[in-house]
Amino acid sequence: MGTMEDGPQLATYRDLLIRYMTHESELVIEESEMLAGFLQEQGVSPADLVAMHLEVMKQTRALDHATLRSMEFLINMMAGYGREYWEHQELKDKQKQLDKEIDVAAEVQKALIEGKVPHCDFADIGAISEPAKKMSGDYYRIVNDGKRLAVTIADVIGKGIPAAMCMSMIKYAMDSIPENKQGAPSSILANLNRVVARNADSSMFVTMFYGVYDPVTHIFSNSSAGHEPGFYYSAQQDCFLDLEARGMSLGLAPGSRYKEWARKVEPGDMIFLLTDGVTEIRKDRDFIEREHIIKLIRRSMHLPAARIVRRVLYELKKMQHFELTDDFTFIAMKF
Amino acid sequence: MNLSIERENQRINTNRVVVSGEIDVYTAPEFKKNLLPLTELNGGTLIVDLTKTNYMDSTAIGVIVAALKSSVKHHCKFSVVGLTPRIERLFEITGLTELIARTQVSGGETND
Repeated sequence: MGTMEDGPQLATYRDLLIRYMTHESELVIEESEMLAGFLQEQGVSPADLVAMHLEVMKQTRALDHATLRSMEFLINMMAGYGREYWEHQELKDKQKQLDKEIDVAAEVQKALIEGKVPHCDFADIGAISEPAKKMSGDYYRIVNDGKRLAVTIADVIGKGIPAAMCMSMIKYAMDSIPENKQGAPSSILANLNRVVARNADSSMFVTMFYGVYDPVTHIFSNSSAGHEPGFYYSAQQDCFLDLEARGMSLGLAPGSRYKEWARKVEPGDMIFLLTDGVTEIRKDRDFIEREHIIKLIRRSMHLPAARIVRRVLYELKKMQHFELTDDFTFIAMKF
Repeated sequence: MNLSIERENQRINTNRVVVSGEIDVYTAPEFKKNLLPLTELNGGTLIVDLTKTNYMDSTAIGVIVAALKSSVKHHCKFSVVGLTPRIERLFEITGLTELIARTQVSGGETND
């Protein structure tokens, strides 16, 4: 800190300080607040301000050595502290701005995927999707065109913003496939695979399950691109089976072809589709097993589909202390 | 994360990458930086050893996928050892296991 020029700032400060020391008054406090605002605008740092104070004290009082030294020490402290303080403040501001932008993006994304569950005469359908953080890499879509019910569930491997951006691409690709409603599951997946392989980052891939139900024949046909198997509940046998289907995840290999599976789904049967947190792996922790999910479903499957999905999600969240480690989507269809 | 790259002497261009500790969003870039060049050795062999890895998240899986794709492209035999049963199941379901197997056939000549 160099010698303080006896400028107008110092003069004003000296004036206020002397008045304060001789007769303490409310007015001085008010004026000092105004001065503080002005000094801050002028770019006077906290250390400069303390230096100003020391200068005035030296001019007006005979300071003893200890006081003088302590004030000099304070100036040095303030210089370092002020720097740290502002840097932190600046980071906090930037963080706030980023948070705001992510909030906006999350809203946009929510509007994009906000899957409406269509009304269906032949099935009771419930769906729920919850991101682990603000943005989700999960996607689902349920379409009833009057003749057939088409259901898609997808999981971008990855989390947060990159996964969410990839998910938006999936959504647009799905929308742009003309035979979307009528197409066979295998050809839909083959088409989407080309889109993802061409456009996504090399470290990204997407798992997807696509199924179509025909209410006249009661046939549910489906293909899977590396997606976690869903569950099929047979009412007659009162048992849960894996909705087995295999295929290469989207975006892994350019020319992947997909097989199609078909099964008869009788009235009273149910189908459950899900994305799960298998990508979050820790050796020393317990994980939620598929058998446990079946147990959760059994406990609530007498309820309407919309309530089943809400309840299963709630139970799963409770097990994870209400903090999902991965995006989670769950669809229930009661035929 | 601690990363060691061992060149197995008996064969040229055979590398084993041993990763210990955690691979997450913070350490994944370094993992990727070290791994990718090894996949570009035409006709080479790359073994990623995860026996000592006690945590990996989806970012780590992303790096392995990028390395796998690059291996397919450069005809490099790619394999991953030391997977936990859970990650092995994930590899199985998603098709990664099948894709890895394809690189074993004459150094990954297939591209689809």
